[in-house]
Amino acid sequence: MKERLLLLALLMLGSGSARAEHPEACRVAENLLEPSFRLPQVTRAIAAKHLTVLVVGAGSSQLPGSSGAGNASNGEGNAYPARLQYALAQQLPGVQVKVTTDVKAKRTALEMVKTLPAALNASKPALLVWQTGTVDAMLAIDPDQFSQALDKGINIAHSVGADVVLINAQYSPRTESMIALGTYAEDMRWVALQHEVPLFDRFSIMKLWGEQGTFDLYSATKKLDIAERVHDCIGRLLADLVISAAKPEEPSVNGSR
Amino acid sequence: MAPVSTERDLRLDLFRGLALWLIFLDHIPSNAVSWITIRNYGFSDATEIFVFISGYTAAFVYGRAMRQHGFIVASARVLKRAWQIYVAHVFLLAIYLAEIAYVANSFDNPLYAEEMGVLDFLKNPDVTILQALLLKFKPVNMDILPLYILLLAWFPPMLWLLLRAPSIALLASASLYALMWLFDWNIPAYPSGTWVFNPYAWQLLFVFGAWCALGGAQNLSRWIHSRVVVGLAIAYLIFAFAIAMTWYFPRLAVFVPKFVGEAIYPIDKTNLDVLRIIHFLALAVITVAFVPRDWPALKSRIFWPPIVCGQHSLETFCLGVFLSFAGHFVFTDVSNRVFTQVIVSFLGIAIMVAVAALISWYREAERQGGGPNPPAAKPGYAGGDL
Repeated sequence: MKERLLLLALLMLGSGSARAEHPEACRVAENLLEPSFRLPQVTRAIAAKHLTVLVVGAGSSQLPGSSGAGNASNGEGNAYPARLQYALAQQLPGVQVKVTTDVKAKRTALEMVKTLPAALNASKPALLVWQTGTVDAMLAIDPDQFSQALDKGINIAHSVGADVVLINAQYSPRTESMIALGTYAEDMRWVALQHEVPLFDRFSIMKLWGEQGTFDLYSATKKLDIAERVHDCIGRLLADLVISAAKPEEPSVNGSR
Repeated sequence: MAPVSTERDLRLDLFRGLALWLIFLDHIPSNAVSWITIRNYGFSDATEIFVFISGYTAAFVYGRAMRQHGFIVASARVLKRAWQIYVAHVFLLAIYLAEIAYVANSFDNPLYAEEMGVLDFLKNPDVTILQALLLKFKPVNMDILPLYILLLAWFPPMLWLLLRAPSIALLASASLYALMWLFDWNIPAYPSGTWVFNPYAWQLLFVFGAWCALGGAQNLSRWIHSRVVVGLAIAYLIFAFAIAMTWYFPRLAVFVPKFVGEAIYPIDKTNLDVLRIIHFLALAVITVAFVPRDWPALKSRIFWPPIVCGQHSLETFCLGVFLSFAGHFVFTDVSNRVFTQVIVSFLGIAIMVAVAALISWYREAERQGGGPNPPAAKPGYAGGDL
């Protein structure tokens, strides 16, 4: 259903600014990356040539082989936080970019909120990238409780002067009939709108990739290659979103119409 | 207050049949064809239609039984129906368990390490199956039947009241709905959370359907056909459509004034948001205004397929759930191209129609004396089967 409309949207809106250095694979989803809200702290941090990002997430923010906790290394890790650091550093020459992570599998939004103050305090980031929603959906956590946890986390980050980008669940076709992401995705969209923070719509992007055959998300493979390419693309697109939302020029929501 | 007509209202069968088709299409994950279903163009979806019409037919069938044979006999029949639905639910559960056990054994991808954790409950089937039998553990898309079971189990006293004091019964139902919002009532689920379709909320639509069947619709008809009401309904549907478009075109979201967003979101399906009820009512008003009860086309061949499905709704619903599992299998294991999705969707509906037609034929054959029941035991299913 949605992807038909998304395709239509893609045609109608035009493909915007396709970046040449991207692998073809990532480009299909650029229309989903229009930032709706600004990231003023990131703008400031880029101007000050020193950008720190904290990625807080659960199992879908890591891959086997990359260390879940601690530093996302110097762009050598294979999961998207490390790829984000690499892409940001490439696109922001002269800016010192550091991505730290607080990633642990099987955590609900509320569980992540509990460790959030300490993690923010440790890295003092200009930007919190918060991936959540999957585990809450799997455990069928009360949606009200989920929304409240999101509210709380965003408020904590804002209170210590960090911008926030939310990342929703992965599109996982094989488990689609077992995990009802619907309500949680809606809640994230609504909370993001309410707090005026950008939402990185990982679900729709991956769904589009699946639709267009960019990646075979159905494949039953123990190998890491597809997973690594997916995370690489997510890292790049996330960097695009962050950079365009931090551009000091006029906001794109007004500018493009 | 007597039911106004004993003749079967084919519109009920038609729209319940269509609702069953939409539910089937929506239940196949990643189905491009579900693009056409009403949930994408407004606030309410096929669930509202299904619950309302189920309440309507339940009152129609068991209301007459209660008047003719008394409270005890009618209650026994209602509970027997609830039991049949419970058995159907357990049957679907067995199919579901087979599906996920297969996925757990055959699928492995490091990208989805987290998501595969959803299969962990297979490690302690004792607890899971017991919780499922208690209707606390409900797999995705298997929430409607438990709701239906509960609504029926609770229906006899409500029907009794509806037959005596319909306004008071409707008021009681609305009060329960209001209290649910006030005190956050719901039924706990397993492993956590609450029922996806909150029975305290959804009972309102069921009782409203029953109320309409027992003469309420007649009382409302002057309102329903007034131009002002039809105009308001159309305006509301357009508003809902505009809001729905912002879900697909994020750029349009900036046109929604902040106060409107704050007023309408989140549109709560679990607790049957008022916006959803109004959306359903608006759809109903438009339908009643433009599809008259004696519309000749209702008896034409074009509408026969959905009508026959609507007349055997429990069987068609269960089959639809099974077919949506099967369809998802085809997508994951054979092909997920849009062409396949269209074929699977149409084939699924064709199977639903064929099976419903077969059941119709069998019932008719039985009724004419071929079956174990003597023809005298003709069921009083004037409003269709439940």
